[in-house]
Amino acid sequence: MHELGIVFYIIRDVKKAAEENGVKHVSAVVMNIGEVSTVIPEYLDDCWRWAADKEEILKGAQLKVNRLEAVSYCEDCGQEYETVRYGKTCPHCGSGRTYLLRGNEVEIKEIEVS
Amino acid sequence: MEEVKIIEIKKSVFGENLRDAEELRSELKEKGIFLLNLMSSPGSGKTTTLIKTLSLLKDRLRIAVMEADIDSDVDARKIREATGIESIQLHTGGMCHLDAEMTRQGLENLPLEGVDLVILENVGNLVCPAEFDTGSCTNAMILSVPEGHDKPLKYPLMFSVCDTVIINKTDVLEYFDFDMEKCREYVHMRNPRAHIIPVSAKTGEGIPELADWIYKLVTNWKNDSSYA
Repeated sequence: MHELGIVFYIIRDVKKAAEENGVKHVSAVVMNIGEVSTVIPEYLDDCWRWAADKEEILKGAQLKVNRLEAVSYCEDCGQEYETVRYGKTCPHCGSGRTYLLRGNEVEIKEIEVS
Repeated sequence: MEEVKIIEIKKSVFGENLRDAEELRSELKEKGIFLLNLMSSPGSGKTTTLIKTLSLLKDRLRIAVMEADIDSDVDARKIREATGIESIQLHTGGMCHLDAEMTRQGLENLPLEGVDLVILENVGNLVCPAEFDTGSCTNAMILSVPEGHDKPLKYPLMFSVCDTVIINKTDVLEYFDFDMEKCREYVHMRNPRAHIIPVSAKTGEGIPELADWIYKLVTNWKNDSSYA
């Protein structure tokens, strides 16, 4: 359950941000999660519900997830392609000399306060 | 409708842990303590490999061991009884990995006076431990023959963060379709600099090479002022 560990990190960071901004209650936390980040949003949400409700400042707070597409870059032909569809092999030229450009994010984008 | 105020954060969830890990690494450098983070699947033979290897190293280095598991203290006791090496058990409280803060708390419970090498036996898991920097000076992992040579393809992150890949249970190679050359190729696809050591913790084959390799890692690190 690596989502639970991540939820604890999110809660720690959100509480800190809320404190710095003098916020008493957070109504939602918006996350950017890359397609190949190894975080499964459904599991994250389950862990979130369990852990967030234990915190006064986060009671009932929603977790909103923006899923970000994973994109790889090919060093041989210089083109980009969809990582999830083609994996390590460039669909344009067949090279394996590729690396991930984005799609690995596990990031707190913003918090909503009402 | 109530107005919603938005506070932008834009912060990686792993950021704080990375900072904690960097801090721990530089503290360890100051104290001259080399922390090796050992990862693997459950049942790959981590504890047995450690016992055999540490028995060869304990006269050359002062060693301490931290065993991380979700529960129980069987591993720490086993290490202590078999080698006499100071060993403590960390419980992750249901979590699948250790982070830098948990590692620091573990280190605080070890008598570290004069210790050269601390081995952290991470939770048996090829996914989550690779995501969290523990603050270690090097990462190593054990892949055992029955698990198959294609694991580096399935768990790319684990193999890309490890400087040393130990291939254990070579004594059963003939019973499995494990292709050592393919395995080397796949590991190097993930990390071209990875050092691969085949061993059998059961027969002892390759264990002296592993012990020498760890010794070399520790002494090189101690002599290299820029490593941290």
